[in-house]
Amino acid sequence: MALLGPSGSGKTTFLRLIAGLEAPTAGRILFGDEDATKLAVRDRRVGFVFQSYALFRHLTVAENIAYGLRVRPRRTRPADKEIRRRVADLLELVQLSGLDKRHPAQLSGGQRQRVALARALAVEPRVLLLDEPFGALDAKVRRDLRRWLREVHDRTGHTTLFVTHDQEEALELADRVAIFNRGTIEQVGTPDDVLDRPATAFVAGFVGEAVRLPVDAAGSWIRIGPHQVATPEENVGGPAELFVRPRDLVIARPGVDAIPARVIGVRRSGTSRRAELSLAADLPTVEIELPEGRSVRRGDVLPIVLATVRLFTRLPPHASRGEVSAKRTEGS
Amino acid sequence: MSDAALSGWLPRVRKPSALPGFGLTLGFAVSYLSLIVLIPLAVLVARAGTLGLDGIWRVATTPRVLAALEVSFFISAAAALVNAVFGVIVAWVLVRYEFPGKRLLDAAVDLPFALPTAVAGIALAALYAENGWIGGLFVPFGIKIAFTPLGILVALIFIGLPFVVRTVQPVLQDFDREVEEASATLGATRRQTVFRVVLPSLTPALLTGVALAFARAVGEYGSVIFIAGNMPFVSEIAPLLIVTKLEEFDYAGAAAIATVMLAISFLALLAINGLQAFSRRRFGHA
Amino acid sequence: MRSALSEGRAVRWTLIALGVGFLALFLVIPLLAVFSEALRRGMEPFLAAFDEPDTQSAIGLTLLVAAIAVPLNLVFGVAAAWAVAKFEFRGKSILVSLIDLPFSVSPVVAGLVYVLLFGAKGLLGPLMDDWQFKIIFAVPGIVLATIFVTFPFIARELIPLMQEQGTAEEEAALTLGASGWRTFLTVTLPNVRWALLYGVLLCNARAMGEFGAVSVVSGHIRGLTNTMPLHVEILYNEYNFVAAFAVASLLAGLALVTLGAKSVLEWRYGDGLARIHRH
Repeated sequence: MALLGPSGSGKTTFLRLIAGLEAPTAGRILFGDEDATKLAVRDRRVGFVFQSYALFRHLTVAENIAYGLRVRPRRTRPADKEIRRRVADLLELVQLSGLDKRHPAQLSGGQRQRVALARALAVEPRVLLLDEPFGALDAKVRRDLRRWLREVHDRTGHTTLFVTHDQEEALELADRVAIFNRGTIEQVGTPDDVLDRPATAFVAGFVGEAVRLPVDAAGSWIRIGPHQVATPEENVGGPAELFVRPRDLVIARPGVDAIPARVIGVRRSGTSRRAELSLAADLPTVEIELPEGRSVRRGDVLPIVLATVRLFTRLPPHASRGEVSAKRTEGS
Repeated sequence: MSDAALSGWLPRVRKPSALPGFGLTLGFAVSYLSLIVLIPLAVLVARAGTLGLDGIWRVATTPRVLAALEVSFFISAAAALVNAVFGVIVAWVLVRYEFPGKRLLDAAVDLPFALPTAVAGIALAALYAENGWIGGLFVPFGIKIAFTPLGILVALIFIGLPFVVRTVQPVLQDFDREVEEASATLGATRRQTVFRVVLPSLTPALLTGVALAFARAVGEYGSVIFIAGNMPFVSEIAPLLIVTKLEEFDYAGAAAIATVMLAISFLALLAINGLQAFSRRRFGHA
Repeated sequence: MRSALSEGRAVRWTLIALGVGFLALFLVIPLLAVFSEALRRGMEPFLAAFDEPDTQSAIGLTLLVAAIAVPLNLVFGVAAAWAVAKFEFRGKSILVSLIDLPFSVSPVVAGLVYVLLFGAKGLLGPLMDDWQFKIIFAVPGIVLATIFVTFPFIARELIPLMQEQGTAEEEAALTLGASGWRTFLTVTLPNVRWALLYGVLLCNARAMGEFGAVSVVSGHIRGLTNTMPLHVEILYNEYNFVAAFAVASLLAGLALVTLGAKSVLEWRYGDGLARIHRH
């Protein structure tokens, strides 16, 4: 599960609450049915991978991984031989066999990250918490590690929560995504849910590259600037916000009732081509993905229609839908 | 030495730079360093060298010199150890806790750097004498501090105190709290976190501080002579013996003792540098 | 729940008590003792100590020595820091270690080396005799010994800071047409002014308070080659405790002013100072 949100939205605090590194002012933290609110950090059995990795730099890789086992009270501490075996297994899992005698300073960023993960896994945590696990790595290493982390997750089956501000990462990696905004959870759902069925205006605007257009809604019509557009459903009347992503717009076939949009620029975005369109002088510009072979130039007027309508009525902020306090949310 | 005069050979020993004044400043710095420090020290070693190695050895192993070197060496080591323990406690308290008067106390740690040693010496002697504020407290137990080796220990603790605090403090200040949190999430108790994670991370800095305090203590003179009693074979330190030799115009003997002390300082310095290089290589910080 | 991340109250207060007690025992009480001993018989004997011509000449000599030694070390410190921090050259790390050398040499040895050079039986002793120029048991020797022991202070403050600051700003000034000297005055110097002041303060405190090195070369001639710390020793050995502590309290006052100024500089201009101090 990914915790996604802009910086300062409370993702990391939420993770630290679960780990017991911060105390909640109200509410409870549940692991399954067990109330962990009053449980000390060291008794929670969470595996926490810190953004800075927080490796013990005076210890070798193997000693780092073994740490959680060695600090156990004598009656629950595994025998030395067993600890060595577990460390060897974990080193293999994180593909660092042979580096067990190195110190953290002698490893690359990606390797340190994997040591931090192995160290967290060594205590057989009930939940694995990762704070911006790929934050400090460069783009290439990030992509490799992301795929690898998914594999490790599938193999070990740990419930895993990770914090990220990179939506691509969250949507690709997680089974479920929680969207955070200003200390509250806006929506929890599958990547498809949050992308296609955003619960709140914030989610609609934050996920995907949506442009927010102020519109007026009435019945099954909305007014975008000077243009009238039909919608598939009945709307609550009044001022509203329309969220438009590049894929939501298509060029209309001749004869269909379309909005005339002026092309003010064409650019490449990755493998696709996009045109920047102006619907009216006082509205923000929107983007459209161009079909292959279609030549479009600056100054052209394109007839476009809305393929998907994502409309949110403007509500007073305190009543926005889907509000869940982070402090009341149950962990797992 | 002008820029022009040096430009003939400079490009080969330094990377090119647009900034001016390299020859002038380096030339001046090296000349001044040589005149004030290097040549006089070389003369000292040369003077001791006239005795030959066995001559130096003979001077250094006369019973009185040997006793003085032992006093200097062992009491300096003891003072450095005391400072190691309390230096870490003081650094810890100053970095981690809040209490009234903390800033003032933090500033006071540097006092031994700023207070002239002779002033420290007479103040400590007055305090730890049998009729002094602190020395008086020990009289009922039959413990004499001033004018005994214990007095030397007190003076050397004073002199070395800031070294450990000031080397450990910044490391503790920059210590990543997440590392302690990581230890806690892995199931360690607070005591385990402190003794297995935090204190070992401070070790390189602590050893550096201890070595600095030790090196300083071995050579210390001003604060010690007032409180030591200066009894040959009991509480006479090596630097005092140099002064005594000088007063007897035994220059070679003085130079021999000084050379032995220089060697000890160099070993301490070498140990510090080696330690720092090792810890940089291994832990990525000094 | 807190206990996993910080110590319990009892441990905390025990540690604070140990730390504060240690500092009180070894720093604060000795400092107070200086002033209390000086004023033991009241203001009058305290002030009388400064009426002594010998005391006055000691104060004068101390000021003179510091006035020569500090500026010389200032020039050296700036020159050395410029060469070391702004250029890459072979042997740089050796040079830096050598600059630190006087810190690890006993003050007594620092005095001794000049006696061996310029003393009556020293290497250049006969030459000095011929020229009728006295160094040992005279003011020049005291100045030399003081320069030796205070040698690294200013360079030590400047080098790490100037290394951290790099050369980009100076290069920018040069491309804008400033001369090298002007660049130094208008760019480099303002960037290091607090560290420079800090180094001068420490250098000055040590120069005025040096005892061991000066003691060896001075000859203790009252009224002529006695600096304040040496005068303290003489008074103390004559059992004139009030006068000894009175002069000592003047030096302690100097130390307090130095520490105060240092603290103010650190609190105010922490960024403009080198991060780790070693002395």
